Amino acid sequence: MCLAIPAKVTELLDDAMAIVALEGIKKKISTALVEDLSVGDYVLVHVGYALHKVSPEEASRTLSLMAEAGVLQEELEEIAETSK
Amino acid sequence: MKYADEFRDRDLAKSIALGIRQEAHPGRTYNLMEFCGGHTHAIFRYGVKDLMPENVRFVHGPGCPVCVLPVRRLDDAVEIAERHGVILCTYGDMMRVPGTKQRSLIRAKADGADIRMVYSTMDALKIARDNPGRQVVFFAIGFETTTPPTAVAIKQARKEGLSNFSVFCNHVLTPSAIGHILASPEVRDLGTVRIDGFLGPSHVSSVIGSEPYEFFAEEFGKPVVIAGFEPLDVMQSTLMLIRQINEGRHHVENEYTRVVTREGNLKAQDLVSKVFELRQSFEWRGLGKVPYSALKIRKDFAEFDAEKRFEVSEKVSREVKSCECPAILRGVKKPTDCKLFGTVCTPDNPMGSCMVSSEGACAAYWTYGRYRDKARSPRREVAA
Ligand code: SF4
Repeated sequence: MCLAIPAKVTELLDDAMAIVALEGIKKKISTALVEDLSVGDYVLVHVGYALHKVSPEEASRTLSLMAEAGVLQEELEEIAETSK
Repeated sequence: MKYADEFRDRDLAKSIALGIRQEAHPGRTYNLMEFCGGHTHAIFRYGVKDLMPENVRFVHGPGCPVCVLPVRRLDDAVEIAERHGVILCTYGDMMRVPGTKQRSLIRAKADGADIRMVYSTMDALKIARDNPGRQVVFFAIGFETTTPPTAVAIKQARKEGLSNFSVFCNHVLTPSAIGHILASPEVRDLGTVRIDGFLGPSHVSSVIGSEPYEFFAEEFGKPVVIAGFEPLDVMQSTLMLIRQINEGRHHVENEYTRVVTREGNLKAQDLVSKVFELRQSFEWRGLGKVPYSALKIRKDFAEFDAEKRFEVSEKVSREVKSCECPAILRGVKKPTDCKLFGTVCTPDNPMGSCMVSSEGACAAYWTYGRYRDKARSPRREVAA
């Protein structure tokens, strides 16, 4: 629950929502907690909310570390399982 | 993936490790508490511990929200689900935590209570929309990172007039807990290890900023370095702490500037302060009652407060006898000091909360400590 996954914003929606691409998964998240988001920005996604913006470098670094540590898969599975 | 390589760079890791060895005075010990479970995890998973000299020690702190929730609050959640027939929604991490008599949410669910795992507060809102005839309660836990999403959900529920949604609020505050570890007489009585400095939490600080730690760095004379989650971040922050200790300084330094600012996320802070206010006191597993260490829902939003909506009976809550979680969460004992560790208590059959979440110290010891030792011994034999 404490983990946050970096994801790329691919579409901005009404009502402070956005679509992000997360390792091939498309996910609707809330952007109610961040200011001035544009398509193409990277955000750290935590329990379905963008927590803050991160640079693409930070995003790729975090993602590869999470993948290496094996936690990325677990986290993605949880998202898939609980977001049906 | 240039940057990723940089951050796993073994040469860089070695050179920081060398720096630590050179700068840590052999005549003294450095007890550094990592408050955040994410750091505990990184220290074990990447073997950061093994790269440290003998006199640089990590003390695992209470920074896992699942681990610090007192059994009483969990029992209350089970009761709300069972006695009041609500749909209780919660994050997956809570499901297996044992309450009184080993009763967990997952057991209550097996016995027929309507308990659902959600990934987000938005999922809980959706369940409320889809079930207008039922009361839906979100069992909210977590530090400063999960609090803003709960605030957003409450505001959203008001906006939509969702009268069947409420929140059982257990959000807790990091800086007050760290302060309490340093200050409380109970902790002193129980004996604690000396703490010389803190690795400050990364994502929590991205929300609240590094500023709240300035007060207690000053007040308690302990250095704090806000540290990122990557293993090299942890090592670099350790070096920064050692330098401060050597120089007799106690400032808040920020190693994680790529994400954390002094002010933090003002929008999130503003939302949180609109919806929540301080509780005078809240019980932490392991730390006892800590003044002003948690949040409750403001009167203005009382209609969404499950504590106001559902009564719970005054019953006795009990932790498993001989579970050492309280001492472990204070940094007084190690998981291996617990009689139940690895025998009766394992991640498949947790007796205490420190074994449930992968960020708990017991789970980290079990998962990495054991296998690391196993993986090592054959090599030693070959070498011999
Ligand atoms: S090993 Fe199990 S019983 Fe012992 S302290 Fe850890 S969680 Fe508690």
